[in-house]
Amino acid sequence: MKLPSLREIGNEAKLLLIGIPVLIWTLVPIYHMFLFAISPKEDAFSGKLWPAHPTLNNFKIVFYQEHYFLRDFWIQFFNSVVIALSAGALTLVIATAAAFSISRLRVPGGRWVMNLALFTYFIPAAFLAVPMYRTMGNYGLLNNHWSLILAMVTIASPYAIWVLKQASDKLPVELDEAATMDGATTLQLFRLVYVPLMMPSLVAIGTYAILLAWNEYLYAFLLLSKDTEITLPVALGNFLAADDSPWELLMTTGFIYALPPAAIYYAFKRYMVGGLTAGAVKS
Amino acid sequence: MAITLSGDHAIPSRPLSARLTTPQVWGVLLLAPYLLVFLAFVVYPVGYGLWLARHPASYVALYHDPIFARAAVNTLIFLLVGINVKMAIALFLSGFFAQQRSWIKWLSVLFILPWAVPSIPTILSVRFMLNPEWGVINQLIFKFTAEDGPNWLNDPTVALGMAIGVHIWKSLPFWTLILLTGRLAISHDLYEAAEVDGASWSQKFRYITWPSMQTLYVTCTLLSMIWTLGDFNSVYLLTGGGPADLTHVLATLGIRYLRLDQLSLAMASIVCALPFVLPLVYFMMKRLSR
Repeated sequence: MKLPSLREIGNEAKLLLIGIPVLIWTLVPIYHMFLFAISPKEDAFSGKLWPAHPTLNNFKIVFYQEHYFLRDFWIQFFNSVVIALSAGALTLVIATAAAFSISRLRVPGGRWVMNLALFTYFIPAAFLAVPMYRTMGNYGLLNNHWSLILAMVTIASPYAIWVLKQASDKLPVELDEAATMDGATTLQLFRLVYVPLMMPSLVAIGTYAILLAWNEYLYAFLLLSKDTEITLPVALGNFLAADDSPWELLMTTGFIYALPPAAIYYAFKRYMVGGLTAGAVKS
Repeated sequence: MAITLSGDHAIPSRPLSARLTTPQVWGVLLLAPYLLVFLAFVVYPVGYGLWLARHPASYVALYHDPIFARAAVNTLIFLLVGINVKMAIALFLSGFFAQQRSWIKWLSVLFILPWAVPSIPTILSVRFMLNPEWGVINQLIFKFTAEDGPNWLNDPTVALGMAIGVHIWKSLPFWTLILLTGRLAISHDLYEAAEVDGASWSQKFRYITWPSMQTLYVTCTLLSMIWTLGDFNSVYLLTGGGPADLTHVLATLGIRYLRLDQLSLAMASIVCALPFVLPLVYFMMKRLSR
């Protein structure tokens, strides 16, 4: 075995000198949250880097809703799930149909619609929030889950359509021609040729929309206000309003809330990296 | 496709339904759901918002509101410092993550966490770390120096700096990943040839890496500008715009006016940002719709 040369050791040390600060920087806020989640109340405020008596009691309090702030935890969790899944499904249906129409059927004006969608994608969502809030009020949808679902669909679908259009432009035209020759109707073409071929991009876009809706705070707190209607992030934000907030329970709830999207992200990383980041910036 | 399209434009005088072929009827039908969403939740709100912002009096009121001026300056600082620091670090780290080491592979998996987890719990976690009495940072400062640490979020400059830090923490992984993709696309032969010619590290960066990445870097910077302008969470959840409304940015200011029931001011403040946003949007659209 060859011993590493002095230069190789120096290189490795330089890399570690970058890697260790990066690791600390990345993990500190998340570790701090985790630390609070497993600390009893007394330990949580002691400033120690590991609690003297780690416990899962906080999770029990959250799951059994044993605190005033957490009395609607499960219904809020459920609201988050329903809204994220509905927004994901609806975005997927609308965007797939639109991308098929623009890219494969080459509907007149399709390019124009694509540009309008892109325009929406680039308007910061926080700027659209104020008029969206008023609009939902005018439609009578405030405090209704549909308002948040539709707002999320509005925000997610432009990017979804764009990514799906890019992906479907790469499918050869001959496929459609061959299927049409064999007597396939447009709907059969969509169902039997297009959707199966687009599956990886569809998974990526579905995941993207679900994560977007699950993570949304601003729209959720504007559009929903009743304790039994709000989603988890709004409930977390409401903790802040009180002076005597139970921070260890807030961090526990936040930790539980952060787990599903992280798990989904890592489970679908393959699709996310290929389907999304490559499309995000085309140079 | 060519056969089905041949009827298009052929007889323009007949009604639209007769001119469209069956696939095109389907095309319109399949596009309709998105168009409906677009009309109901983009066109109508934007039009309504612009209509609400039509009074010149709103702009005069904004002009005289010191909080608006402060928010405009804060937004500029947030953009200038936040984006340049973030993109410079991302460019540097993309070179680090391009190294072939198994431990760097593992580190990159962890590195993506801030992007993968929702921002609310992590920002609140940082907020509590910075708490002057019970936060872990000041506890550690007290332990080692026996002196009280600063009241982090009570000083507008420090608080804004912390909000920028949170913003960088959250979005750095995404941009590093994008720039890494760009870096990995550069042919390895170029670096090998440079190695043979005895090029230094900085020469390799200057003559190989940067020329092939500068377009991507500029695109990323512009896109990041648009998204950073709309970053509501980093400021709102960390400082809430405080102390004394001195750390607002345009994204949070609109919501502040909304909560104070000054809707026309909320819309007017957003309209004021449009001259900066629209050129960026136009540029990005040109880039992406090619």
